[in-house]
Amino acid sequence: MRTLVCIKAVPSSTEVKMDPVTNTIIRDGKQSVVNPFDQAALEEAICIKEQLGGSIIVLSMGIPATEGLLRDCLSRGADRGILLSDRAFAGADTLATSYALSCALEQLRTANEFPSLIICGKMAVDGDTAQIGPELATTLGIPSIVNVEKVLAVSEEEITVRRITDLGREIVSCKLPALITVTKDIRIPRMPSIAGVRFGETGPVEVFGAQGVGADATRCGLNGSPTQVVRSFTPERTHEAITIEGTSSEQAAQLIDVLGGFGL
Amino acid sequence: MSGLVVDVSKCRGCGRCVRACASQGIVIQQRLAQVTPNCIACGMCIDACPFDALSIVKDAVDTKSDANGVWVFAQYDSGALAAVTLELLGKARELADDSNTSLTALLAIDSEQECNEIAQKLIAHGADRVLICVDNRFANHTTNVFAAWICDMVNEYSPAILLIGATNFGRELAPCVAAQLRTGLTADCTVLAMDKETGLLHQTRPAFGGNLMATIMCPNHRPQMSTVRPGIFPPSEYCESRTGEIIHTKLRDSIEPNVTLLEKLPDDAGDSLLDDDTLVVVGRGIGSQKNLPLMQKFADLIHAGLGCSRPLVESGWLEYKHQVGQTGLAVAPKVLISIGVSGAIQHLAGIGSAETIIAINPDASAPIHSVATYSIKNDALEVVKELVEQLQP
Ligand SMILES: Cc1cc2nc3c(=O)[nH]c(=O)nc-3n(C[C@H](O)[C@H](O)[C@H](O)COP(=O)(O)OP(=O)(O)OC[C@H]3O[C@@H](n4cnc5c(N)ncnc54)[C@H](O)[C@@H]3O)c2cc1C
Repeated sequence: MRTLVCIKAVPSSTEVKMDPVTNTIIRDGKQSVVNPFDQAALEEAICIKEQLGGSIIVLSMGIPATEGLLRDCLSRGADRGILLSDRAFAGADTLATSYALSCALEQLRTANEFPSLIICGKMAVDGDTAQIGPELATTLGIPSIVNVEKVLAVSEEEITVRRITDLGREIVSCKLPALITVTKDIRIPRMPSIAGVRFGETGPVEVFGAQGVGADATRCGLNGSPTQVVRSFTPERTHEAITIEGTSSEQAAQLIDVLGGFGL
Repeated sequence: MSGLVVDVSKCRGCGRCVRACASQGIVIQQRLAQVTPNCIACGMCIDACPFDALSIVKDAVDTKSDANGVWVFAQYDSGALAAVTLELLGKARELADDSNTSLTALLAIDSEQECNEIAQKLIAHGADRVLICVDNRFANHTTNVFAAWICDMVNEYSPAILLIGATNFGRELAPCVAAQLRTGLTADCTVLAMDKETGLLHQTRPAFGGNLMATIMCPNHRPQMSTVRPGIFPPSEYCESRTGEIIHTKLRDSIEPNVTLLEKLPDDAGDSLLDDDTLVVVGRGIGSQKNLPLMQKFADLIHAGLGCSRPLVESGWLEYKHQVGQTGLAVAPKVLISIGVSGAIQHLAGIGSAETIIAINPDASAPIHSVATYSIKNDALEVVKELVEQLQP
């Protein structure tokens, strides 16, 4: 069974600290990491491979340095990496990103290597839009199931999963090929083995630009992004709080008075 | 080609852009900023440049359209409209009035029986028109069926704006619709406003990283699509005397659900923070997981629900259903006691509707104090221990 996992590089800490004077990011010197939800997605793919055999492709759109993260995925159990890296992809919103990813998948389709199952993390910790999975599935014309917390059964033809819905949980199934997005709790990512680390260094990672995957330049990057950030601003807060002073026991007593005022 | 461009007549080579960039997308060479292949056109450097030397240019696309009207997708689950639907109707009514257009609600439903009653309810809550489709293929909430119908309706009627509630279902449906229509979608907006001159929707949400809000627009594609979390906007008023038009439509024959429901496992836990009038919300400042029982005890003593900031969910201290904020729950209690929370913009997005906020945090500069009604600038453990002691019978 061939699976493909979509990987996003995210800052190692999502708490970007801003310098209040210059209004710029204070970098902590740490590198990017694989989005934790995608790490869980990869682990699920590895478990499926252990059960059914087959291979795993990891796919990312990102800056050239993202290759290192794909190699990390190889060291944990992926077989092959595909990186889409090109200035033409820069500034992509979710629509343009899912289009670029779909181009790589269309190339696999042409080569008769289209995966039976595509797994995405439910969301990326830096953006949290949770849009890429369903947009990619729609662009590829395959079914999607989001918010999957457990894969109950999978074969070449069909997958059965438990997913989280607005009213609880559901067990659903669909025909493959399909795309699922998974919660972070679905699996705990494993550490690379020693042999894995070696494979990570030498294993195949192909890098393609927009032309290399046959992408239509007008649908990539900024040009292909319907949304535009027009303005960022720091919200004004002019409000003054009433400070409750004193020792902690005095503060507690005053707070209890305040709460009493609300009938608590 | 489009991308980040440097206006060499304005650039002084000061390097502030380089420091603002998180991806090494810009460098200083020969005292001028130079864009590198690493640039992801995120725009961070633009805000940092004091000389206005940087901008993002985009090849012009011209897709003028006569798209018109504000649409709201009405989510109908197990016999009831989702609360967020009424919240969206209230905001959409404002947007429609501000742009002199009409408000349409979309209702896809599997039961003939209830559909008129629900359509009337949508009208009473502000819709001028309801597009209804009754079809048993909607029964199991399979997104491809809903997406197909919505896209057909959009192609037929060309709305300018389409709003969808950011429920679990809406968060799957909206991107399916946006990708089919090849239009823009902004997730989790906290402010929506109409630019009366251009007719463009200003979609504002916390920016990725940093205590910034970002306003996003979708200038050349229609509809302009946004999702909004439940609890962000107040529900619209019910007005019995409002009238509106009901149009029955059809779902294409060729579409079949592509996911099969095998079993429903309803949630037994009916305890949602949304129902609590009083909330205790704890953050990383409580120090360690072993202090949680103390916080729970305090919450119990004042009959409050217990919520938390995102890092506590990430560390596995509390379940996701306790998370308050932009990507958790937007809560609206009468009293909210915030303990050891810094008040990051993503967190504040979820507590904006609380009537009274009491903050306990020793850092006087923590943003939580600037939204609080009462501030205690002291160690959370000390104060809560005292509180529990004094409250205990
Ligand atoms: C895309 C995205 C979405 C996000 N969504 C959410 C969301 O929905 N909800 C959310 O909460 N966050 C969200 N975040 C994270 C958010 O940016 C903050 O990182 C988070 O809210 C910080 O949590 P905190 O206040 O508990 O921790 P911190 O920021 O670490 O603050 C801890 C506070 O505790 C105080 N403190 C320290 N010691 C004590 C003591 N002894 N007693 C009392 N106080 C003490 C400190 O002064 C500090 O202010 C999101 C981030 C991103 C990037």
